[in-house]
Amino acid sequence: MSALLEVDGLSVQLPVAGEFRTVLQDVSFSLEAGQTLGLVGESGSGKSMTVRSIARLLPPGARTTGSIRFDGASVLDLRGDALRKFRSRDVSMIFQDPRAHTNPVRKIGDFLTEAMRINGKVPPREAERRAVELLAEVGIHDGERRLKQFPHELSGGLLQRVMIAASLAVKPRLILADEPTTALDVTTQSEVMAILARLQREYGMAMLFITHDLELAAAVCDRTVVMYAGAMVEHQDSSRLHTDPLHPYSAALMQARPEIDRRVPRLPAIPGHPTSAFEAPDGCAFAPRCRFAEDACRAALPPLESMGDAAYSRCRRAAELRGHLLATAEHSGGLGDGAGVGDSAGLEEEVAR
Amino acid sequence: MNSPAARAAWHTIRFLGGRIGGLLATLLASSFVVFGALYLAPGSPMTFLTHGRSMTPDAIAQINQQYHFDEPFAMQYVRWLGGILQGDFGRSILYKDAVSSLLAQRIGTTVALVALSALLVAFVGLAIGIFSGLKPGFASNALMGMSTAAMAVPTFVAAVVLTLVLAVELGWFPVFGVGTDPIDMVYHLVLPAFALSLASIAFVARLSQAAIRQEISADHVQTAIGRGFPYGVVVRRHVLRNASLPVLTVLGLTLAGMISGTVVVEQVFQLNGVGSLLVSSVQQKDFPVVQAICLVYVAAFIILNTVIDLAYSILDPRVSVGGGKP
Amino acid sequence: MTALAAIAEARRRTRKRPLGRHLSILGWCAAAVLAVVALLAIFGPLLVTVDPNAVDLSGAYSGPSPEHLLGQDASGRDLFSRLLSGASTSLVGPLLVVVASTVLGTALALSAVWIGGWFDSAIARVIDAVFAFPGLLLAILATSIFGTGLQAAVIALSISYTPYIARIVRGAALRERSLPYVAALRVQGLRGTSISLRHILPNIAGLISANATLSFGFALIDLAALSFIGLGVQAPTADWGAMIGSGMAGILQLEPQEALWASLLIVITVAAANSLGDELVKRSENRS
Repeated sequence: MSALLEVDGLSVQLPVAGEFRTVLQDVSFSLEAGQTLGLVGESGSGKSMTVRSIARLLPPGARTTGSIRFDGASVLDLRGDALRKFRSRDVSMIFQDPRAHTNPVRKIGDFLTEAMRINGKVPPREAERRAVELLAEVGIHDGERRLKQFPHELSGGLLQRVMIAASLAVKPRLILADEPTTALDVTTQSEVMAILARLQREYGMAMLFITHDLELAAAVCDRTVVMYAGAMVEHQDSSRLHTDPLHPYSAALMQARPEIDRRVPRLPAIPGHPTSAFEAPDGCAFAPRCRFAEDACRAALPPLESMGDAAYSRCRRAAELRGHLLATAEHSGGLGDGAGVGDSAGLEEEVAR
Repeated sequence: MNSPAARAAWHTIRFLGGRIGGLLATLLASSFVVFGALYLAPGSPMTFLTHGRSMTPDAIAQINQQYHFDEPFAMQYVRWLGGILQGDFGRSILYKDAVSSLLAQRIGTTVALVALSALLVAFVGLAIGIFSGLKPGFASNALMGMSTAAMAVPTFVAAVVLTLVLAVELGWFPVFGVGTDPIDMVYHLVLPAFALSLASIAFVARLSQAAIRQEISADHVQTAIGRGFPYGVVVRRHVLRNASLPVLTVLGLTLAGMISGTVVVEQVFQLNGVGSLLVSSVQQKDFPVVQAICLVYVAAFIILNTVIDLAYSILDPRVSVGGGKP
Repeated sequence: MTALAAIAEARRRTRKRPLGRHLSILGWCAAAVLAVVALLAIFGPLLVTVDPNAVDLSGAYSGPSPEHLLGQDASGRDLFSRLLSGASTSLVGPLLVVVASTVLGTALALSAVWIGGWFDSAIARVIDAVFAFPGLLLAILATSIFGTGLQAAVIALSISYTPYIARIVRGAALRERSLPYVAALRVQGLRGTSISLRHILPNIAGLISANATLSFGFALIDLAALSFIGLGVQAPTADWGAMIGSGMAGILQLEPQEALWASLLIVITVAAANSLGDELVKRSENRS
């Protein structure tokens, strides 16, 4: 059976200040119908760019090579009506910041029914009835009242549920979720996540889920891709990624995450700063921050190699280090500058003092 | 009072009440400035009003009856204001005629001039702005460059150049006058209206272009594109609607600029409207007329601004009219 | 942010930055035009060889000649020397308006923001009320009371331009006051006046000067309009706005030189002030 979504050798360059800069290089993965794939990485690692390439929402002037096939058809070659049909029927996108991504001067009802009325030619009354049902599906039971409200009258968590409801409205086959819970309060995050995961299963939709949270990816996704500096560094089953990471970066991400039941004097932060693809040095982009790096790592970018069992790693020393990556070592990073997973780790570090 | 609908209605009433109260307060303050100006003049108000003209005792009694100089200042103001509220703007010293009838004869020309200019701003300015906002490229840049230049052209310069080229050299338009029938009047007013609105057209064009550019790159427009809506729907429902808000906010100032600009334009094209009456009254020291016209102009300006303010709060749900909570 | 970091931020924000380093080519051109116009206004009278008020009826409307570089007007007066000597009359008025309204507006806004409470809301109300009175109209009212000429008009325009600057300064100062560095300075025990003048004012100085530049263009147009309709600068004093007014007669006889030259100078000066002001406003907005 051929996959629903196949991304092969995808590279993207964006024009920045007159020159083209690589933001994504050689990304390849596939996603079966109804399956979930996580894309994990720090900001600037290229995970959003990957999703935007699939929805064809890259900024104007972007140069794309490689191929994206949806249900066998080449997405990058879609034009005009075909592209609109693809966007309106096949994929649906959920954005990180629901407030910025809803028109502030249009009512919630308008936002929910717009797609049905314009793309599906559903009569207004019928569309409104559907909208109330959809809101009930995402746990909003006073739908009729909500339809008359404006986005600024809803909390972030509620608005993100509306976003999810709106993307269900057209029953897409693929959901692109770009950090759907990052901008929300910690308490509402899990709630929204649970709704999204449940509906994804019930509707049998495939989902490409972006997050910077490895644990969350492991909980939600069948498989996980870890990205660094615009390239995939690891790709394997989510469950095994946790116990058997195949790239030093994935391992470092895991260790930089605080655990609730263990008190540590200082969280091991990854030393140095995350790099974007175009700033990356020759060789392995992670080498400058890697405690296992050798001279050879800095010479050339290693290929993404199969490690058996549909697991892939872009580390030269993957086979040699396998099983030792998670060993607690006295971390070379001294004064935690640039915490690995960013926001939450930095905060937790303060608390742990 | 506890149902949401009643609460929303209460909020709306309070909001409207606040705006109308503000409107009345500003009108009152401006009328006070216009009236009090009389007392800032050197010498006594009476000598200022008569300006050394030899006046008949009748005429002096007439002025005294209008301003009540024998009464205390506050009383004079209240009487004057009361008269104005009843449509009595006093008598012109020069024309010996009621100011209200002088105004009535001339206000039509001025209103027609401002209305025609406003139409030009709305249609030409927005057309240029929308086109250049949606279609970046050479034509858009050229139009924006021209608009930047046009914004630096004062009304009287525009009037001079338009008269020279279109009226005197080419003879396409009459040099001055108002014409006889309505169609002829519009024909006579085209040049003056264009001179009056040129800078505003350019301003609105630039502003709407900038607003559209900004809105087009907004995240919520990405959502609409990502949902597969046709280009026309995205532009109409999500770009233009939102971009109209910042344009609307400056429309008041633009109109105000045009209202006071009629003073200049009517002078150039010798239109006998309220603006040219103001200038000639200042020159001939006919102060009751000056007072009345200043008041009418300021009132028009303030009322227009309030109307636009209200329109804005209807169009932008984020300005809390209803004041609902999640 | 810790207090120490906030103080460091205060130092950083208060440090003077060189102005005009990142102007675009257009911005530099605009600045250069303004500089040339200013030099003309200051040194113009020294360059004048012909008396700008000397009437020569036989030379009415004559074209350019070695004695009269730009020709003569309806009364045979030398256009070149009238334009040169008119530069100072045309520019000093707007300059005074800008200086007066900027100083007044800034002082009002800063004290309103620092004192706050009823004083702030009272100032805000007054600002709104004055804003409702169009500048040109107030100037006309003033000339009708104090007599025609620049004096009354400049005072009236200064008053009606004050709310424009005051609104902008008030907004910027409110934003600035809510920043952590101001809180840090307060914790250190600095007094309100000293924080306002030594820290907030320098940080919003860019925005103030940008808007002052913009309002110079508007003031120039308003004063020229007043002279144009005959209520400002009085004959025979040379002034660009008044020259367009007196040149109107020439237009109808297809002798538009006087009006066109004066128009050109006004448009160029206003365009330069607008472009430079626009650019400075954008820069100061990007910075904060």
